[in-house]
Amino acid sequence: MTATRGHLISISINGRPTEFAVEPNLSLLELLRTDGGSPEVKLGCGEGVCGTCTVLLDGEPVNACLVWAVQADGCEITTVRGLAAEGELHDLQNAFLDHAGSQCGFCTPGMLLTVKWYLDRHPAADREELRHAIAGNLCRCTGYTKILDAIEAYRDLRLKDGDGH
Amino acid sequence: MATDAHHPDTSKLIRLLDAVEGPDAPVTTPPRPAPARGPLGRTSPVPHRDFVEKVAGTLPYADDWGFPGMLHGVVVRARVPCARIASIDVSEAQGVPGVRAVLTAADIPHNAISEEASGLGIEQTVQPVLAGERIRYDGEPVACIAAESMVAAVHAAGLVDVEYEDEDGVFTIDEALADGAPSVHPGGNTYVAYHSAIGDVDAAMARADHIIEGTYQTPRVDHAYLEPESGVGWVDADGVVTLRVSTQVIEHARALAEILKLPHSRVRVIAAYMGGGFGGKEDMTVEPYLAALVWKTRRPVRMVWERQESLLARQKRHPFRMHYRTGVRDDGTIVAQDIKILGDAGAYPLLSSRVLFAGGVNATGPYRCTDARMQSTAIFTNTVPTSAFRGFGAMQVVFGYESQMDLIAQRLGLSREEVRERNFVARGDIRVTGEPIETECGTRECMHRALQELGELSAPTRGGRVGRGFACSMQPYGRSMFFADRASAWIGLEQDGTLVIRAGVTDLGAGQAASLANIAGEILGVTVDRTSVHIGDSHLTPLTGGTFATRQLYMSGNALQKVATLLRDKLAPVACDLLGCTESELEWANNLVGVAGDRARSVTMAELSRTAEARDVMPYVHDTYHAQVGHFDPDTGQGQTYPDYTHGCHAVDVEVDERTGEITILKYVAVHDVGRAIDLQRVEGQIHGAAAQGIGYALSEEMETEGGVLHSTLFANYLIPTALDLPDLTAIGLELYLGKGPFGARGIGEPPIGPCGPALASAVQDAVGVRMHRLPMTPERVLAALHTGRDDSVPGVTREDT
Repeated sequence: MTATRGHLISISINGRPTEFAVEPNLSLLELLRTDGGSPEVKLGCGEGVCGTCTVLLDGEPVNACLVWAVQADGCEITTVRGLAAEGELHDLQNAFLDHAGSQCGFCTPGMLLTVKWYLDRHPAADREELRHAIAGNLCRCTGYTKILDAIEAYRDLRLKDGDGH
Repeated sequence: MATDAHHPDTSKLIRLLDAVEGPDAPVTTPPRPAPARGPLGRTSPVPHRDFVEKVAGTLPYADDWGFPGMLHGVVVRARVPCARIASIDVSEAQGVPGVRAVLTAADIPHNAISEEASGLGIEQTVQPVLAGERIRYDGEPVACIAAESMVAAVHAAGLVDVEYEDEDGVFTIDEALADGAPSVHPGGNTYVAYHSAIGDVDAAMARADHIIEGTYQTPRVDHAYLEPESGVGWVDADGVVTLRVSTQVIEHARALAEILKLPHSRVRVIAAYMGGGFGGKEDMTVEPYLAALVWKTRRPVRMVWERQESLLARQKRHPFRMHYRTGVRDDGTIVAQDIKILGDAGAYPLLSSRVLFAGGVNATGPYRCTDARMQSTAIFTNTVPTSAFRGFGAMQVVFGYESQMDLIAQRLGLSREEVRERNFVARGDIRVTGEPIETECGTRECMHRALQELGELSAPTRGGRVGRGFACSMQPYGRSMFFADRASAWIGLEQDGTLVIRAGVTDLGAGQAASLANIAGEILGVTVDRTSVHIGDSHLTPLTGGTFATRQLYMSGNALQKVATLLRDKLAPVACDLLGCTESELEWANNLVGVAGDRARSVTMAELSRTAEARDVMPYVHDTYHAQVGHFDPDTGQGQTYPDYTHGCHAVDVEVDERTGEITILKYVAVHDVGRAIDLQRVEGQIHGAAAQGIGYALSEEMETEGGVLHSTLFANYLIPTALDLPDLTAIGLELYLGKGPFGARGIGEPPIGPCGPALASAVQDAVGVRMHRLPMTPERVLAALHTGRDDSVPGVTREDT
């Protein structure tokens, strides 16, 4: 990484701090998908509507297409690959597998992060609250019913285990 | 199956199916139900690899893969709907630092996207890759650019200087059909007109007790898959232009070779797993531009269309205007049908010939009619082209025929169920094309089940009026029989007993690859986790044909059933030798082949594979499945159309707010006869997804145009359903009557999108007494209809017509 162009910023991606030299007009999404080595963050609309590019920025969900990379300087970014250890699946990911909450899979990374964030704050959320929680993440394949089934299964599991997966 | 010489015959399952009639049984045999759900799907509890990668975020889609030093490609689009190109000057664009190629029409070796799409010899109007003389729709490509950076490419695009001379265009079908209208292409604005008739419609109409007329309008809509059109291309070490793209059809490699004037063997298309397609990636998207830029620069090039570009200029669903005139007896029996359909093809043909064909021949729905006539016509306009979209003409007409059934019930004072009960088709009934329906029809059972599942009428939740509606449908799966469809596959057992499948299918996300592993596992007993499925490579996988027309499970599934059974038959003598038993005693399960009922006697698939190879019995098979072939005469409108149909019914409770016109869905049930489910959970997933897309079509989605300019080119104002717009959907895949797919499966990808619009319109009518004739039923339209007591929103239709 050279520091000969743009602004030198430091971003931690899934717990790994890295320095980048970026132009001021580079979006966080573009940075993550290229030099950031995180193609799991998907571009859906580029206008902040579909939620496909959702990542957690210092723990809060954002549309990465609407955040400049320089705004994320010094921040912690969590992508879907940060949910579980390398080569393992988080219980929420397993719930999506078991309930076929993913078809084409393109909305899945953003959807999973929104759900994880919401349930961390509202562990006993009911189905209607969960429906509101994912309203900003569009899915064109599933009709959402199986996604909500998967989320509820994960919610019940973590309530039962009580260990806040 | 039907015309395929090969009949798998040794597994218990197949014997069971044979006992209840194959799909090609004569039409005179009495109906027999499919067997109760058997062992199918025993290999599917392990999820196929692609689904694991998807939830992990590690699946490489078309834009997640590239090369060091690749160029960035963009398409330059005209922003006028109808014009003559006076000049194009690219000198400034070429001067931008980092720009490596700026291509215009003159740079494309063979500047034509040509395909004889109809299959019936209908002349195809040529569509240029890059427009050089005329612009026929807003957003038409005029140039493409490759540069070292995206910034340079976009900068250069803005400097391509095109001088346009505006021309008069036609922007609606009424304008296109007016006397003296300008022609979009030489030869007038009627692109293709189909007609079919059986019996004597005029005489039957004269005998009818009532003649019921209705005109219905459906919208232009976008597929709105979440993955943009994208991919990367390069020239490989052997000089082959290779594209790895998001596409439903790798066979486009041939059309690309013709565009580049290269031998077919020098262009290869690899299909990445798609982030949705729905027919929108059935025609080429980025491919010709990528290929031309790669070939010109001899460099790897990446191209991703912006969402706004996709909404503006990629093909849409055809808006249909349908006029139904139905003669009925007092008891509700249909005695005559006279149907006229106009579809807006936009500026180029693409697949319009097939879409209007599908609309026309399916326009009578699941209802018997001995005297019927249809005309189905595609009209050119100076608007964005329309083409394939889930349901493909056969879904628009569901809104026509089901609205008409409700209208009949209302006029005659009969119940909506009763009118349908009197007219449902059955196996052996003759369609408007003069052909019989070859398999059992489960529409009635689906209707009963859907209404039963809905239960008591829902209570209002916000002070509105509640109503119940439903709609039935019968939609085809598989390509029209005159395409003589086929699919090839390769299967081989590795020395360690793992299985390899090669088949050129493309995977939309519905589990196309997974189902091949399931089918092979069903026959050979190898589990999904020990099976590798290689798909979607025009050079390395046997061609199956694209994933469209609800044909992929039907075609590649049957191909897999065939090669897996052939491989089992090839290996069976070796297994018998090892086990000291007869072939009929063999049982293939859990990665072992053994003697049925004797758990001590078995060998691993690894041992079987190694032994077979040592004896020069090579453990692999490559073969082709051929679908039923038929003939259709476009002059008489008679002949054979589709191999088979999927039946269904959706039922719904809605609440209508009379102050705002807003429709809220309270409960929604979708039931389809799937014949035999290869993976019931994925089948339900298809029903869920199609119903959701159909609800968007019915209530909120529309790409309105004005003077050829689209209003909705942002996701912010093209409204696909969010989680808040949909209730929990109940999807039921019934295994009623066997179809023609593997193990008797019927196709399910497209059919569940059909009934949504008319079911919702039916429920709205039940709630507030007004029948909507136009989709989507936006609050504005519903409110206007509530004020006047009727829906006047169908353009070009006077009150007397409806």
